[in-house]
Amino acid sequence: MSKTYYDPADLRKFGNITEWNEELGNKFFEYYGKVFEEGALTAREKSLIALAVAHTEQCPYCIDAYTKDGLQKGVTKEEMMEAIHVGAAIKSGATLVHGVQMMNKVNKLDG
Amino acid sequence: MTKVKTQSLQKKGSDLAQSNRQLEILSNGIFKSGELPTFKDKISETSQFPLKAKKLEILQINVGYMCNQVCDHCHVDAGPDRKEIMTRETMRQCLDVIKNSGAHTLDLTGGAPEMNPDFRWFVEEAAKVGIKDFIVRSNLTIIRANKKYYDLPEFFKKHNVHVVSSMPHWTKGKTDKQRGDGVFAKSIKALQELNAVGYGMPGSALKLDLVYNPSGAFLPGDQAAMEKDFKKALMEDFGIEFHNLFAITNLPIARFLDFLIASENYEDYMYQLVEAYNPSAVTNVMCTNTLSISWDGYLFDCDFNQMLELPVNSKSKHISKFNEELLEGRNIVISQHCYGCTAGAGSSCQGVVA
Ligand code: SF4
Ligand code: SF4
Repeated sequence: MSKTYYDPADLRKFGNITEWNEELGNKFFEYYGKVFEEGALTAREKSLIALAVAHTEQCPYCIDAYTKDGLQKGVTKEEMMEAIHVGAAIKSGATLVHGVQMMNKVNKLDG
Repeated sequence: MTKVKTQSLQKKGSDLAQSNRQLEILSNGIFKSGELPTFKDKISETSQFPLKAKKLEILQINVGYMCNQVCDHCHVDAGPDRKEIMTRETMRQCLDVIKNSGAHTLDLTGGAPEMNPDFRWFVEEAAKVGIKDFIVRSNLTIIRANKKYYDLPEFFKKHNVHVVSSMPHWTKGKTDKQRGDGVFAKSIKALQELNAVGYGMPGSALKLDLVYNPSGAFLPGDQAAMEKDFKKALMEDFGIEFHNLFAITNLPIARFLDFLIASENYEDYMYQLVEAYNPSAVTNVMCTNTLSISWDGYLFDCDFNQMLELPVNSKSKHISKFNEELLEGRNIVISQHCYGCTAGAGSSCQGVVA
């Protein structure tokens, strides 16, 4: 098999980032863990947000991780797909809203 | 897409129907190469090897492997084609043990225990002994499978049986995928009928608990959160009540192992189990206070070891030679499937243990 930039097995090694900078690595994981604890949002809601962001960020590790996390929390495939559409809508909306900038510029330059 | 499920691995003549083939898989590969530690090595890290049986509290009797369903994940490899059924004679021997043992809980399982022709007789006799908690693991659909089972809710009530039933999800799609077409609708109807006679109602002494186990190669989520979601959905959609939800991890044996291998999830799943290993769950794993009895009267540390044909490490090996003193303190027989009991908050037939 040809080498690729992403190896699914690397996700298991995520924790190893602390080896080269323990203090910052630990601080990150502590923060990360805290963020996903049940709070004003349920752990299930957070998992769906994470899944949507994983897609907009197009991070294959995060997509694997939060698909599995969602399944563990009883999230259905319909809910997962809807969450991704929310991410996609914001992504496309964010692209299209810049169309106004383009229009402003055209109007300014080309009267 | 859902599918009609029909045959056990045994009937299909699958390699994995053989317990020694399963044990081989669990000992080889990533565990043999040292990529992952064996369960023995893992529990040795915290000086918990050998795992020892404490005082007997729960007698779990498997009255036969026949079942009206053929669920994907079934660790029993149960199905309509399984012919292993406990005889009345063995049941009599079990009753003697129930009368004389210190166990406070009797737990009948299968297959579908109700399919054993002597099931009702056994329940009636066992109920007379006056054991504190008398559990029957009912798959729900059996109640709707045939007219002769329609009165089961009343029968359970009459004998004050504690009903524990599997429910993989609160939606039809996920339930039928795992357990077969039509299972969800039948299970809902059965739960409503159990509710109608008083089972699972708030404050009711007729206990109705649900068992949740994941529909695929992932671990169960937090038991309390899942219970909340199940309660909300079953109440809103169907007006159903139940008491507790037990979240159970799928152990990598029998049909679940077959699925893991066929779907190329085996290694990843074993990694998940080992990474989620929780040493404090080891103290309370089910085998430390439970004894499992097979349809033919042999004794095992748990229902999983029964399916792997790993008998108890004791001179008292059969119900006819049952000796509680000899069994107490025995070394539990372990292999890598045990990681399923120690992942996260732990897992047992009563849900989390840590
Ligand atoms: S999981 Fe339970 S209901 Fe399903 S086939 Fe196995 S014994 Fe039957
Ligand atoms: S699989 Fe059985 S023997 Fe192993 S830890 Fe779990 S209950 Fe004990």
